[in-house]
Amino acid sequence: MTAINDYIDSEVKSQDVVLFMKGTPGFPQCGFSGQVVQILDYLGVDYKGVNVLTSAELRQGIKDYSSWPTIPQLYVKGEFVGGCDIIREMFQAGELQSFFEDKGIAAKAA
Amino acid sequence: MTIQSGIEAKLREAFAPERLEVINESHLHAGHHHADGGEHANFDGTGETHFRVRIVSEAFADKSRLERHRAVNAVLEGELAPGRVHALAIDAAAPGEPTRW
Repeated sequence: MTAINDYIDSEVKSQDVVLFMKGTPGFPQCGFSGQVVQILDYLGVDYKGVNVLTSAELRQGIKDYSSWPTIPQLYVKGEFVGGCDIIREMFQAGELQSFFEDKGIAAKAA
Repeated sequence: MTIQSGIEAKLREAFAPERLEVINESHLHAGHHHADGGEHANFDGTGETHFRVRIVSEAFADKSRLERHRAVNAVLEGELAPGRVHALAIDAAAPGEPTRW
């Protein structure tokens, strides 16, 4: 395990819901990251945003961590759930809401 | 060969899709840039940086969303290398599933 991998691993497990994104939840710097922020905010779940633009090493490291070539990436209880398209499809199908419920994560808007 | 036609050819070969659209959405991202400059410092919207893939294939039947995306990403690994295609949106369905395109 490299240092960046250890760091990502600890970030992923630091909270129930962690979003690796470009920019911050308050100021997304990419439309795809912004869509996931909007969905999570709409559902009212607590989450931590990790801005990958702060470090090139982190930006590459998160792609290697889950063998997933794009950002954003959403993790729930340490498990990789998907990128923007998958989260949006799950949300539109009503599956994201039940996924959070199954994981015991409170969605305030539900 | 353009990146777009290369993506189309690879997807046709890998998935024998019933339906396939590869859309260059780079123009939608003109002026979009990243402060870090690690990838493209700036997009003028004329290049081949942002794509959307819409695909219906039997190969996706009984596969989860993650598995479908991983399968497409694996086929397009070369295109997704740093400095080439910056963003790839994927709508992947199996025949008979609802699509919106």
